Amino acid sequence: MQLILESLFNGVAIGSVLLIAALGLAIVFGLMGVINLAHGELMMLGAYSTYITQLIFKQVSFLNPFYDSYVIVSIGIAFLVSGTVGILLERTVIRRLYGSPLETLLATWGVSLILQQFVRSVPLAYGSGLVIAIFISLFTPLILSDELLHGAKGKLIRACTWGVSALIGVGTGGVLSSLVSKLSRASARNVDVTAPSWMRGGIDFLGSTYPKTRLLIILITLISVLVVIFFLDKTAWGLRIRAVTQNRPMSECLGISTEKVDIITFGIGSGLAGVAGVAVSLLGSVGPNVGVNYIVGCFMVVVLGGVGNLLGTILASLSIGLMTDLIGAGRLLTIWPDMPSPLASTVDFFATTSMARVMIFALIVLFLQFSPTGMFPQKGRMVES
Amino acid sequence: MKIISTKKRWINLFIWIVIIALIIAAPIFLPVFRLNLLGRYLSLAIVALGVDLIWGFTGMLSLGQGIFFALGGYCSAMFLQLNSSQAFPHGIPEFFGLYGVEKLPFFWEPFRNSIFTLISIWLLPASIAGLLGYLVFRNRIKGVYFSILTQAALLVFFNFFNGQQKLINGTNGLKTDVTQLFGQMVGSEIMQRWFFWITATLVIFAWFFARWIVRDRFGDVLIGIRDDESRVRFTGYNPVVFKTIIFSIAGGLAGISGALYTVQSGIVSPQFMTVPFSIEMVIWVAVGGRGTLLGAILGAVFINYAKSLVSEALPASWMFIQGGLFILVVTALPEGVLGWVRRGGLKELLCLIGINKKLETYPSLEVNEQGEVKS
Repeated sequence: MQLILESLFNGVAIGSVLLIAALGLAIVFGLMGVINLAHGELMMLGAYSTYITQLIFKQVSFLNPFYDSYVIVSIGIAFLVSGTVGILLERTVIRRLYGSPLETLLATWGVSLILQQFVRSVPLAYGSGLVIAIFISLFTPLILSDELLHGAKGKLIRACTWGVSALIGVGTGGVLSSLVSKLSRASARNVDVTAPSWMRGGIDFLGSTYPKTRLLIILITLISVLVVIFFLDKTAWGLRIRAVTQNRPMSECLGISTEKVDIITFGIGSGLAGVAGVAVSLLGSVGPNVGVNYIVGCFMVVVLGGVGNLLGTILASLSIGLMTDLIGAGRLLTIWPDMPSPLASTVDFFATTSMARVMIFALIVLFLQFSPTGMFPQKGRMVES
Repeated sequence: MKIISTKKRWINLFIWIVIIALIIAAPIFLPVFRLNLLGRYLSLAIVALGVDLIWGFTGMLSLGQGIFFALGGYCSAMFLQLNSSQAFPHGIPEFFGLYGVEKLPFFWEPFRNSIFTLISIWLLPASIAGLLGYLVFRNRIKGVYFSILTQAALLVFFNFFNGQQKLINGTNGLKTDVTQLFGQMVGSEIMQRWFFWITATLVIFAWFFARWIVRDRFGDVLIGIRDDESRVRFTGYNPVVFKTIIFSIAGGLAGISGALYTVQSGIVSPQFMTVPFSIEMVIWVAVGGRGTLLGAILGAVFINYAKSLVSEALPASWMFIQGGLFILVVTALPEGVLGWVRRGGLKELLCLIGINKKLETYPSLEVNEQGEVKS
């Protein structure tokens, strides 16, 4: 019983990291057919914003009493940071490439390279200043009334907002780098996020210990999934997003602004990558390459789960997580110790994390032989589907 | 059949003579280090040709060509290691001693034979590509799904080779530069010169081979699959066969390329199977010009040369340049440089900066002296 519980917990823990990472990817892929190879780097940005938030809470005196709650704050900040960068990416690159997913794949790979090198060679303080500047210049036009933005005067006002946001960005960068000395120099080294005291240790249950960070990640994942489901099922924009996912040209005919839907979806998908980054930062050290380790796993979840179906994504990530634990930790041998020896040696051969991946990929390809479009295929009458 | 004028034929002959003369004479005017680099980049041109065949002509973006590249490299490295391991304990390569392995793993045995190695360098990757491709294409998995699956396969192979120290020396890879071939060190200057010549010859052969494939009706079907696979199927062709064959050919080319690259760089390691390297292969083709074979070769050689030059001068900036290249090529130059030049891009550019006069009519309506419409 204890063994099963432990195995189940480990599997769910691995699966929930996969799920939170793949959630945003699945939404964007389902809606736009766009493969965002920079998704891992958006996670990386989320992880770095956790680190920056932590440092600010530590160094700034009036925030210091609230230090223990920085993880909660950083979830919101990471969502905004990654969402902003994601929207910028959509506006500048991806929207030129709709309808050609393979080209998008290459372009987003280019973006991911630039982002990786960016965190290596730009001081984090000025990097966050830049993100803030982008955020302000993207969102002020939404607040200002339409009349202000029309005509020659409108152009001037737009230019002014850009100038002001650039100034604010540089200012924030300067203030941050003088407040927190660790952020003022560029460094390619990995950084560590230390968990606040209430998250250290574990909870004892039926004779085994469950680490609190893992539990928190499962909780974050659960809440994000519920929020996303609520958003997609109960709100007006969620309805529009679902409509565009099912049939883009038809929704456009019915008056849905697909452009706005694209921006919102991409923003949310990228923001979820940021939240995933917070989870990842709690598991290990944060470096420019942290996203690369997760990205292929996320793709496997999307392929296995099928397009445009959250239930598929959830089931796929949980089953991959459980399988990873079952194969990778060699649990089959502990459950069934007197297995016949040829089988036992095979199980033993695959009982490492990397060999478990080999096995799981083989299983996924096998599964796709029977159900080529994932667990829950989209039904349609098009030739292509 | 196109009729080639005698004048054009003479020009072609002249170009070929120049190319062959350059290849033969390259070791004279290039220092050893640069010659070695050029040889490596030429071997990468072969894998780029394969990528062009499957992506540029058939429209399948494989992000896993590194698998076949590395497999070819491992085949050649295993042969070279066995060929010069008589002096070590048990007569097996030295690294086995580190892990206490005394008996050669079974799959190493056939690589004692040089003929077997020469065949397996291309046949092994080609058959694995064929098998993998068949399983994927049979289910009509295509587009982005295909790309993701190839990338995942790449990661699986990487994990396998990276983790198995006792079978193939894991993450350290197999060194070839200190091994012996024909009584010479593989890393020696004279051997490297020969490898350069062999590579250059094979690039030309690979180019002719690829041209022969795409010029024929087979090539027309490939382009048909790229442009509209469903229609090809409805016309009575079975795309699975064509896709499997071309994917397998590309795998074989990647294997040859990997073997040549390995003997010239002196080591094969799981690093050949990392995700970035396989995507880089695509960008060589994209920059050179997808769907143009010459573009693939030129792209591979020039981008790698630029990479080594930039990395020597400003190590940090190459990632920015490379990332920018990806975005630029995809958004602004979808046909690549060669495709752009062939479409008349140079003239357009000259018009843009005001050197040439801009044409006022549609080029397709222009009429030549005989009153015929120019195409």
